[in-house]
Amino acid sequence: MMPQAAAALTEGAALPAGTGAVIAARGLDLTFRTADGPVQALSDVSLEIGRGEFVSFIGPSGCGKTTFLRVVAGLEHPTGGAIAVNGMTPDAARQARAYGYVFQAAGLYPWRTIAGNVKLPLEIMGFSKAEQESRVRKVLSLVELDGFAGKYPWQLSGGMQQRASIARALSFDAGILLMDEPFGALDEIVRDRLNEELMRLWAATGKTVGFVTHSIPEAVYLSTKIVVMSPRPGRIIDVIESDLPAERPLDIRDTPEFLALAHRVRVGLRAGHAYD
Amino acid sequence: MADAAVTASPGAGVAGRGRFAARAARAVWPVLMVVGVTVGLWYAACLPMNVKESLNQAERAGAVIVPEGGQARRDASPWGLMAQNPAHLGGVWSQDRPRLPAPHQVAVELYETTVGMALAGRAFSNRSLFTHAWVTLSATLLGFGIGTALGILLAVGIVHNRAMDMSVMPWAIASQTIPILALAPMIVVVLNSVGISGLLPKALISAYLSFFPVVVGMVKGLRSPEAAQLDLLWTYNATPAQTLWKLRLPASMPYLFASLKVGVAASLVGAIVGELPTGAVAGLGARLLAGSYYGQTVQIWSALFAAAILAALLVGLIGLLQRVVLGRMGMGR
Repeated sequence: MMPQAAAALTEGAALPAGTGAVIAARGLDLTFRTADGPVQALSDVSLEIGRGEFVSFIGPSGCGKTTFLRVVAGLEHPTGGAIAVNGMTPDAARQARAYGYVFQAAGLYPWRTIAGNVKLPLEIMGFSKAEQESRVRKVLSLVELDGFAGKYPWQLSGGMQQRASIARALSFDAGILLMDEPFGALDEIVRDRLNEELMRLWAATGKTVGFVTHSIPEAVYLSTKIVVMSPRPGRIIDVIESDLPAERPLDIRDTPEFLALAHRVRVGLRAGHAYD
Repeated sequence: MADAAVTASPGAGVAGRGRFAARAARAVWPVLMVVGVTVGLWYAACLPMNVKESLNQAERAGAVIVPEGGQARRDASPWGLMAQNPAHLGGVWSQDRPRLPAPHQVAVELYETTVGMALAGRAFSNRSLFTHAWVTLSATLLGFGIGTALGILLAVGIVHNRAMDMSVMPWAIASQTIPILALAPMIVVVLNSVGISGLLPKALISAYLSFFPVVVGMVKGLRSPEAAQLDLLWTYNATPAQTLWKLRLPASMPYLFASLKVGVAASLVGAIVGELPTGAVAGLGARLLAGSYYGQTVQIWSALFAAAILAALLVGLIGLLQRVVLGRMGMGR
């Protein structure tokens, strides 16, 4: 076993149970039954995420990063271990509307305007009409889509659609924002701009963010904590606390501190591959 | 196309209109071609079909026909008769009760029983096809409404309830394997015996045929949202009813319209079939039946064409509705 991986696991196991942690996982296992036999998507995953942290999950396909996020959301159920979200089970947290979830595809309804799409969770959760209107206006301006409330999704670019989907996840003001490769389908330039905006958004709202990505620069730029994962079985091999300042202009990516962090992530990813 | 755009360069609008006209013209020719060939074949087919009766009439009028006498010609081949009597074939297109009426005879009958009667101020007399078409159409529309509602309800049940999912579809499929011609009289008789007659039995037969495409299409449509869409609503803790109203039903609209087009045509067939066993006095089906009782082939064919035109109108109407609704829902492209 690689020393870093061992360190990450012991560190995870030694963390105290749920003291101020928004998300606390301990020894999570998840095995999917497939036609080709069982697939271990998560193996002994232990992690704590504190309030207001921005945590990125990075690793190759099949490393369980998306699965972990889905377990947090109550979309998958672990076959072993324990997990608490806001001190509750993920299902109870879901019913308490503890988080907003952003998928890779914006998934806006073509038959609703942008405002209508953002309003969707508010309608489902039973907010009053006036409250819906004011919240939609607020979050649309938060993602800088003020002028687009009456437009339909097909009238917007891919990047704008994804911003609308983030607005939708923010509209009901949950404390946690779970994002599953939200910018994965966008080009580099749009992605940079959205990363910058997401930083600003995070600073403005103080949400706890879980962010799944394939991109090392994106993970390092955004995160206060980077979780490096490895496949077969899906597990954590390194948890990197970022020492970058809270204020992060895009050109911070050329500083030696940034490059050192990116290097450490890359080494972790390579170490994960050594198991193959 | 390029030429048209270049010559019409002064304004984009003009070029656009020119292009549209060119496209329309190109679409018209193949249609006219097919119609022309069909009508030509039809006229040609009248020759062998009507030759014997036509020659009999010519002989009665004093012409010399080979071989002589209707008896002698009874079992002769129509092709041989046509070859032997080329000068006396004109009558095949103007028989009173031809085996196969000529296109213009059907067209004249159609005109006289619709526009002609309307012009005479008798648009809804008993002989008018408008009357008969309306009788059939009302049963069709009622049946189509019942069938569509039933189809949607069944599909919603199938999507939400495992027991229904496993059990309803085989029954629905089995229901469509029973020949409607065998079932229709029984429905009419049974309903009549409990005092229900008139529009409703026909509408129910119509509904019986039209619910099926709606069930099949709507099950597919209600299941069309991607897993991520359903996951998203799950994260909102949405109820199944909310998921149905806000996601599944709107997402199923393209499937619904495709089913409705099939369903409305089936409804019309159901209404016409429903008129056959009842001895109905009005309706396109009654018109077909009366025509066949009295050997009025022209009347049969004009009723057939009236039914076809009605079906085309109904399908076209749904197509129009589809364009408008899906366009408004941003799903038309």
